[in-house]
Amino acid sequence: MLSLAGFVCGFIFGLGLLISGMMQPPKVLGFLDLFGAWDPSLAVVMAAALAVSGVGFAVVKKRAPLLAPQSVLPRKKDIDGPLLAGSALFGVGWGLVGLCPGPALANLASLSPRVIFFVLAMVAGMVLCDFVRAKRPARAELATTSAADG
Amino acid sequence: MTLFTPVSAAIGGALIGLSAVLLMFLTGRLAGISGILGGLLAGCSDRAWRFAFILGLIVAPLAGALAGHALATPAIPASEATVIAAGLLVGFGTRLASGCTSGHGVCGIARLSKRSIAATAVFMGTAMVVVALTRHAFGG
Repeated sequence: MLSLAGFVCGFIFGLGLLISGMMQPPKVLGFLDLFGAWDPSLAVVMAAALAVSGVGFAVVKKRAPLLAPQSVLPRKKDIDGPLLAGSALFGVGWGLVGLCPGPALANLASLSPRVIFFVLAMVAGMVLCDFVRAKRPARAELATTSAADG
Repeated sequence: MTLFTPVSAAIGGALIGLSAVLLMFLTGRLAGISGILGGLLAGCSDRAWRFAFILGLIVAPLAGALAGHALATPAIPASEATVIAAGLLVGFGTRLASGCTSGHGVCGIARLSKRSIAATAVFMGTAMVVVALTRHAFGG
């Protein structure tokens, strides 16, 4: 049942990406390009997603999930170095090509070689990050919570 | 150059929000794509639903194509070396920052998380600077 729920939610997410146009890197880059012919579509996508999830989370927040004993939410509260450095690195990659993890995975459906290259490199980057963190014992506790924000 | 498409953007965005709420309601998890994939790669014990989510994400555009929505090959105006470098940066960065556009940008901000608001400001700002440099300073 948990897997079915995962599939359905992934499917709805993918439909959202498809309909919104966010699977197309030029739409994303058009938003990021403030000095060109600016395309605000991505801002509308985020605003609509935030409106639905903001209200929805507030409604479902206090109750236990239907298919799991409890919800798994981030424990970290402070803005730390890894958060800022990681976000900056991500921003550079996002700005170079216009793909972030969701649209990159959804675009695998097209079997485009560049998307496959991108996803393989992205997977390698994630594994490398976990590897580097595991090598640093002082930061080892971070590895267990690294997926915490989502 | 792309045109502003507010209606499809709003419908698609609402579906993304719905997916996040439904995943939280059913499984108690946040719909952050980098976190879902990262956990799968890190060998978390709960691999099945993570795999199923990503499968659904990939199947959706195929179903959309069957329903008549064109499955366009994504236009990626960058060299293969740039694509690979960008993929590495996106993978390493989102893992280090514990989230991406969906985990921080949608779920985190919807939960009013200070970490997520800061992360989104940084990755969006950085990406805008990179686009300004590549399109207007060097690429012109």
